[in-house]
Amino acid sequence: MAFLDNLINGISLGSIYAVIALGYTLVYGIAKMLNFAHGDVIMVGGYVIFTAMTSMHLNGYLSVLIAILCCTILGIVIEKIAYKPLRQATSLAVLITAIGVSYFLQNMALLIFGEKPVTFTSVVNIPKISLFDGQIVIKSEAVASIIISVLIVIFLSLFINKTKSGRAMLAVSEDKDAARLMGINVNKTISLTFAIGSGLAAVAGALLCSTYPVLSNTTGAMPGIKAFVAAVFGGIGSIPGAMIGGLLIGVIEILGRAYISPQLADAIVFAVLIVVLMVKPTGILGKKVNEKV
Amino acid sequence: MALLEVKKLGISFGGLRAVDDFSLTIEKGDLYGLIGPNGAGKTTIFNLLTGVYKPTDGTIRLDGQNITGKSNIEINKAGIARTFQNIRLFSNLSVLDNVKAGLSNHYAYSTAAGIFRLPKYFRKEKEMTERAMELLRPFDLVDDADTLASNLPYGKQRKLEIARALATDPKLLLLDEPAAGMNPKETAGLMNTILTVRDDFKVTVLLIEHDMFLVSGICEKLSVLNFGQLLCEGKTSEVLSDPEVIKAYLGE
Repeated sequence: MAFLDNLINGISLGSIYAVIALGYTLVYGIAKMLNFAHGDVIMVGGYVIFTAMTSMHLNGYLSVLIAILCCTILGIVIEKIAYKPLRQATSLAVLITAIGVSYFLQNMALLIFGEKPVTFTSVVNIPKISLFDGQIVIKSEAVASIIISVLIVIFLSLFINKTKSGRAMLAVSEDKDAARLMGINVNKTISLTFAIGSGLAAVAGALLCSTYPVLSNTTGAMPGIKAFVAAVFGGIGSIPGAMIGGLLIGVIEILGRAYISPQLADAIVFAVLIVVLMVKPTGILGKKVNEKV
Repeated sequence: MALLEVKKLGISFGGLRAVDDFSLTIEKGDLYGLIGPNGAGKTTIFNLLTGVYKPTDGTIRLDGQNITGKSNIEINKAGIARTFQNIRLFSNLSVLDNVKAGLSNHYAYSTAAGIFRLPKYFRKEKEMTERAMELLRPFDLVDDADTLASNLPYGKQRKLEIARALATDPKLLLLDEPAAGMNPKETAGLMNTILTVRDDFKVTVLLIEHDMFLVSGICEKLSVLNFGQLLCEGKTSEVLSDPEVIKAYLGE
């Protein structure tokens, strides 16, 4: 039963990674950049919820909505100020800027909320699930994480493949110049991508802080990196890939912590990534890009 | 009034004068050819007309509206659409979605309507699909609607590019070497298609082409470009028999 418990915890953590990884993969797939500040948007989302619930005494769900709104706007603003001027720059310049934005967000949070971690009150209040006469209890946060991540993947896939804005996103991801000449507003499309990615980060923030109720200015950093690993693992740019990658990384991390060594859990995650990339460099569902000669 | 009026257009890349003092007038309904040896600056002119490059000098007017130096999107909205010399389809989208991507600007519904799948979303998407199918019909692409663009044979990819450009509802359609890489039979088919497109969609066509069979077969007027400058212009038959033109193409 302990194994099942661990597995469920892994899937729950993996679902959260999946939601974060979706943001990474979406922005990478469409804007062709690695937004390393993505993890810190999660932290911002967490603090917005915390503030809304403790200082303004708002209801948990309403706080999450406010956080989604704030992070969406934050994502659009970050893109406009930090990344848009670098549209023609080398990808390395954009990458370094993203790291800069990441530190900026972390230090702003440090300045406003101080270095002492705060205790986060879970926003989830659905009932927990008991199986086998209470031998296995699935915490309500785990239930919420799993359900929400699945819903997000379904909605996001439908949105991207079946709507006008989604089609514009795919067109921009393939050929910005051709898209522009077909009348597609590339800047607006990239802005929308950041908006959706950051909105998802807020949801991930709510789930992450509810499951692990400690919040500090570096809360988003490690999950952000692990979710990036998950996105690469599943094949960066692929939505189902992000989901699969997230779940696998979560499960590997928790099982590694339980059965191999708590200290080595992170090392195991990264080692698995290295092995997968050696065998399949594009990740599990990644497409191989054949350069035309 | 002429549909397209280009006056004294010029662009320099550093010290290189790629196009110099180029003027061109195209009347509504014309099927106009732009020819010249390799490197003469033909594609550069297309890039200037569609806003990929900003001209250093000169003006471009479309239907009386000054579009000089405008952005790609503004120029596309004003009514110029193009295809590319090296095919640039959205290769991982289906044939239908390629055309629907071109339709984006003409069927408005909000992103929110798309996310929450409001009735307006379904209505507009249905209209877009119907319109896209209409656009695919003259190109014999209806049966391939669900195929990925990259899986189409070469000739059909060229046709799909034209269909996608037409989806943006242009007044002026620019075709950059539409017959490149086609065999004579495919070229003959393409010539018919271009004529049909011009007549059925009421567009004016400006095309770059090296295939003289196509040029002499369907173009009514020609401009010849050599080293970035206009060598001569006029009726196709007259231009092609001009000794200067023959010299530029074949040498002394």
